[in-house]
Amino acid sequence: MENHGSLKSYVTGFVLSIILTIIPLLLVTNHALSKGMLIVAIMTMAVLQFVIQLVFFMHIRESEKPRYNVFALTLGIVFVITIVVGSMWIMTFNSVVQ
Amino acid sequence: MMSAITSQHDHHVEELESLKVTGFWIFLVTDCLIFGTLFATYAVLVNHIANGPSGKEIFELSGVTWETFILLTSSFTSGLAMLAMHKGNKKQIINWLIVTILLGMSFVGLEVREFAQMVDEGATISTSAFLTAFFTLVGTHGLHVSLGILWMIGLIIQLFQRGLNVKTKRKLTVIGLYWHFLDVVWIFIFTIVYLMGVM
Repeated sequence: MENHGSLKSYVTGFVLSIILTIIPLLLVTNHALSKGMLIVAIMTMAVLQFVIQLVFFMHIRESEKPRYNVFALTLGIVFVITIVVGSMWIMTFNSVVQ
Repeated sequence: MMSAITSQHDHHVEELESLKVTGFWIFLVTDCLIFGTLFATYAVLVNHIANGPSGKEIFELSGVTWETFILLTSSFTSGLAMLAMHKGNKKQIINWLIVTILLGMSFVGLEVREFAQMVDEGATISTSAFLTAFFTLVGTHGLHVSLGILWMIGLIIQLFQRGLNVKTKRKLTVIGLYWHFLDVVWIFIFTIVYLMGVM
């Protein structure tokens, strides 16, 4: 339970998160990129912010070994991606089936 | 001799509490799966708007942006409560928890107002498949936040009654993780539902 973190790590995480929220917001409101590029850009920044919060807020790197939480989380992410991408992919056949 | 036994006992208790934190991580992963399936449903149904409005017509980015920054700040203040916990400063913990609760309440308040406005405009949960998926996904997150608020209030009461010990420290660690997790889920709701919705 000794995953302390410091004020510095929380402030760093907070500032980076704010930046990674403002950039996609500006990109979308200014229609700066084509739609495809825009989706890639804002999804990348969402994932980056996810990683930043895992590291700076949830201190996942400082967890005790063996890191069961990291194993579980990795497995969970694999499941989520499979469910989301798999559902979207299979539903593109919707029009063929009907 | 006596102190050796006591310290061994303390060590055992700490190990048990640490195991409980790991157990909570497993819960967070299963909660991830709930949101994963809701996101999948939303992604599949987002264009099935029937005769109802599309996201572009009903989403108001300004309110949602406020919600995003409020929740992000509350995630930060809950982190400050964790820092105060490691310093053993009970008063500071409670103060930061109260700030976090107030920010969480503003978040839920803004979300309720947003939902009420949508329903007023005729965009209800039964209007279209898109809106069903939308209200289910965002509403589930809002319920999680509301539960977290009640949980934190309960924890403040326990801190007053029992003070800071191994158990209340573990409970604080767990609610901290829960709150950060909710902010992470919101990042994806903000990006996938709202930002992509108004594109």
